[in-house]
Amino acid sequence: MHIPPGTAPSAYTLRDGPIDAVDPLSPQSPAPHLVVWSETITGGQAWSGRIRRHTSLRLTALGDGANLVMAAWSAEHPVDRLNLPDTLKAQHIAALTAPRVLLSDQGQVLFAITSDTCGWHDPLTGHGDAEAVLAKYGAATFQTHRNARYRNARDNLLIEAMKHGLGERDLAATVNWFTKIAADTDGSLRLVGGHGKRGQYIDLRAEMDVLVALTSVPHQLDPAPVYAPQPVELTIWRSGPPGPDDPCRIARPEARRAYARTEGRFP
Amino acid sequence: MSLSTARDPVTAIHDQVLPSGEGWTHELRPGQVLRLVDLEGNQAADTLFFHADDPAERYDAQATITGQQQIYLSTGSELRSNRGRVLATIVADTCGRHDTLGGACSCEANAVRYGLDRTFMHSCRDTFLLALARHGERTGQRLGVRDLAPNLNFFMNVPVTPEGGLTFADGVSAPGKYVEIRAELPLLAVISNCPQLNNPCNGWDPTPIRLLVWDA
Repeated sequence: MHIPPGTAPSAYTLRDGPIDAVDPLSPQSPAPHLVVWSETITGGQAWSGRIRRHTSLRLTALGDGANLVMAAWSAEHPVDRLNLPDTLKAQHIAALTAPRVLLSDQGQVLFAITSDTCGWHDPLTGHGDAEAVLAKYGAATFQTHRNARYRNARDNLLIEAMKHGLGERDLAATVNWFTKIAADTDGSLRLVGGHGKRGQYIDLRAEMDVLVALTSVPHQLDPAPVYAPQPVELTIWRSGPPGPDDPCRIARPEARRAYARTEGRFP
Repeated sequence: MSLSTARDPVTAIHDQVLPSGEGWTHELRPGQVLRLVDLEGNQAADTLFFHADDPAERYDAQATITGQQQIYLSTGSELRSNRGRVLATIVADTCGRHDTLGGACSCEANAVRYGLDRTFMHSCRDTFLLALARHGERTGQRLGVRDLAPNLNFFMNVPVTPEGGLTFADGVSAPGKYVEIRAELPLLAVISNCPQLNNPCNGWDPTPIRLLVWDA
């Protein structure tokens, strides 16, 4: 498709109506005076930043079928990064939701999932690359499509990682928020369609200073033939530390021990 | 799917037994075949692959399972890299199922999973790190903790339920079961013969494996 100069769209078409129909801070919203940052990640865009300890990150889907890919590291020691195998086996899960925790290589809590109105997020299938996007959707370069070019998760995450002095070696397993990948009893995987809905959100409370990279791109197993990444609202607020009876802390003995290890490092 | 082959150990160019709790590194040229034999049964062999010439390209568990839309690895599975290429192919498998979700055990994860007093026990992550250090001493190729991404676990059984649960089940392996991997690119293979004593992944009794390599 050739788009004449000056008429290229600045963003992708939403699947269902305008994004201002959603108020990401309602009804379970943090008090406005606690909010330190709010921003919309456009479909196809990447974002990275440091989430301070005991602040929370709310990710709100602004379109149906959003897929937000996330990589995460300890901001203090980036060699200590999100370890999804440890996260899954310590909690006996193959899907993410509240009140679970995301563990690092060092057996510490990066994020606690404190709220989740979606119910299932994928920790299994990771992120795709430029070759996969080209094979599935065809070519849409900057030269022809300007800001509607087809972007891919690996390149986007690499760019964000490199902004923080990290690189390819630091990019390991990733989460797909708002996507449900189910396994049949024989181990075959399929994307469950119609899962993620506009307005659903997930809250991640940082239990150490976390460096996070996010990008909103279609999941590799999304059967939709059109490249249509959805926007996601990001809100950061000062949520405070978890109490002794915090649901994420007491959900499992493994979580209690991970908290003990984490809080012992920050006396 | 299970599939045996007729490769004769007599013609192997490399043949050794690796006790549990020990690490191993070995370079494979394209076309060479590596066989892991579970000598006594139910023994997890934690394995990493790197491109031998540019180890920033490495095995990617998520790319591998997404590429085949299947969690378990067996004959025909293409082991993919973080750059989307096929590093290796499983060409024979008499066990039938191998894991790539469970990752490697570590002192730190043992502390979280089993108790803070288990930190002292041996783990695959430590074995991997020492194996990479030894490899660096021999070759000058400096790999480290940044290079430890989620690995393969040959002979390990980690079933996923349709409800999103994950369990560590008793092995589907048995004495003499084996798996063969053909290198498609120049590879550095790194193996930790798992010392985990806290769960049934090694049948509560870690045992040796046998490693053989054949030329193309």
